[in-house]
Amino acid sequence: MGQTFAEQILSHSAGYNVKAGELIVVEPDLIMAHDSLTPSIIRIMREELGIEHVHNPERAVIVIDHVAPASTLSIANSQNLIRQFASEEGIRLFDAGRGICHQVLIEERLAQPGYVIIGSDSHSTSYGAVAAFGTGMGSTDVALCLATGRIWLRVPESIKINVIGRFQPGVTAKDLALKIGRELTISGANYCSVEYHGLQWLDLPSRQTISSMAVEIGAKAGIFPPSPTIKEFFHIPDWLKNDPEAEFVRELTIDLNALSPQIALPHAVDKVVDIDKVAGTKVDVVFLGTCTNGRYEDMKAAANILKGYRISSTVRMLLTPASSRELQKASLDGTLSTLIDAGVTLITPGCGPCMGRHNGTLADGDVCLSTGNRNFRGRMGSPNSSIYLASPEVAAASAITGVITAPKEI
Amino acid sequence: MTPLISRVWKFGSDVDTDQIVPGRYAPYMRPDEDVGQFAFIEARPEFAKNARPGDIIVAGENFGCGSSREYAPEALKRRQIAAIIAPSFARIFFRNSINLGIPLFISSEIATSIRDGEYVGLDLVNNLLLSESRQYILPPLPFFMTEILKAGGVVKYIRQYGRFPTA
Ligand code: SF4
Repeated sequence: MGQTFAEQILSHSAGYNVKAGELIVVEPDLIMAHDSLTPSIIRIMREELGIEHVHNPERAVIVIDHVAPASTLSIANSQNLIRQFASEEGIRLFDAGRGICHQVLIEERLAQPGYVIIGSDSHSTSYGAVAAFGTGMGSTDVALCLATGRIWLRVPESIKINVIGRFQPGVTAKDLALKIGRELTISGANYCSVEYHGLQWLDLPSRQTISSMAVEIGAKAGIFPPSPTIKEFFHIPDWLKNDPEAEFVRELTIDLNALSPQIALPHAVDKVVDIDKVAGTKVDVVFLGTCTNGRYEDMKAAANILKGYRISSTVRMLLTPASSRELQKASLDGTLSTLIDAGVTLITPGCGPCMGRHNGTLADGDVCLSTGNRNFRGRMGSPNSSIYLASPEVAAASAITGVITAPKEI
Repeated sequence: MTPLISRVWKFGSDVDTDQIVPGRYAPYMRPDEDVGQFAFIEARPEFAKNARPGDIIVAGENFGCGSSREYAPEALKRRQIAAIIAPSFARIFFRNSINLGIPLFISSEIATSIRDGEYVGLDLVNNLLLSESRQYILPPLPFFMTEILKAGGVVKYIRQYGRFPTA
């Protein structure tokens, strides 16, 4: 019988053939925790479970990215506790400023094709970009994983997305991710793994954009079949391959030739429309960043539009590069300088204002156009603010005019 | 056993974890405060003020979507919400709640028939919900999960048995 990518990876991890619907216990290849949940993870592991040490520190990674650098005394103290824990346990730590966990794990080649990766963050679906089974869990699950090296999982059914055609000018991976949300809805892939087929030609950063947003349709994982673009940087195990006999609960075809820039309206990720429906809406804040769209390619795309322009005097535009390395790339070829010339405010690599905790929290009444992945009410600050989600190209064009604008208008 | 008398707090579909506890109220951000007081602090302040131990939540589809923040179900646990009933749950919220020992039930029937503010009898021993007009069966979860719930959560289960339940 055929196997989906989720079934292949989980079978390999379990050591026997598993099928969708089965409950299994596996040993993840990589366990990731970030600063927001690590203090509670340490407490649950040591105080509640009564287990002092991490089972296999080599498989664990901690990243300080959610409030980076610390914004208050209590957070500063918590982060020192995290540093101490990592050093006592011999866990690899990426400290404040290195970047967003999902970007760092891929850059450092810690996430690998065929791995089972458990992260204390819902956007751990991002690792599907390198054909890993990445999924997000809460503090107790991650604490159990660290303490015992094991985790229980339900093998998910899979949904197959067939993509045909090519992006038209001004249309990108983000528009495809939003379009998938529009088609499948916020719960359409609940408990399922999503597979993206027909995109062998798509580069890694674009894959990361799409996989990061798998969780926004409720998915447990969002996996790209391994491709030549990935093979350059990663080892692909020979048991991991596209199985034409695999069974899916649902198939969906999306034609890129017919896709225009997409915008998610406040306050739901699946309230998506073509850009012309909302073009002209005034925005106060434009945010370029997050694990979805904070990479060099995203900064470059924004810079290509902003070159020679100043952002509107009524707009604050914030840039949070996804990692120090992405920031460095942007600084080497003039991309960063173009953005700064245009009036962009640069923030430390990390999550930045994505969760509304620091670095540009939204005020009452603020309208934000974000390249991020979530626009729930109050996500970035005031419950009376609103967030539109779009691509870096649309963000840049809108920053120039001060209203939602399609890139082709500039 | 006399069933627990619970007030029903009714919610719509796709309630996200930012509504349950906004990120700015995370225990990480406010370490000395009880996260329970922040449950629905902005989305439904009457809940934050008036929910009593033993009350239940009845919601629409996909309850708890969004982030992995375990402090969302933890806030509800601290308020001693006795059960959450919905036609479906978002997966991370579902796991987190089972792990914390919060009884969840999947039922479209209850979600459509029970009204906000209604008082119902909750009988978790016989898995029954009694409204003024009728009795509903609370469908049990798979064995693996009911074992965890019976122990009071996965930490307690592991402490007691030293392993995960068998599927
Ligand atoms: S950038 Fe935003 S969505 Fe991504 S991990 Fe950070 S807080 Fe989460």
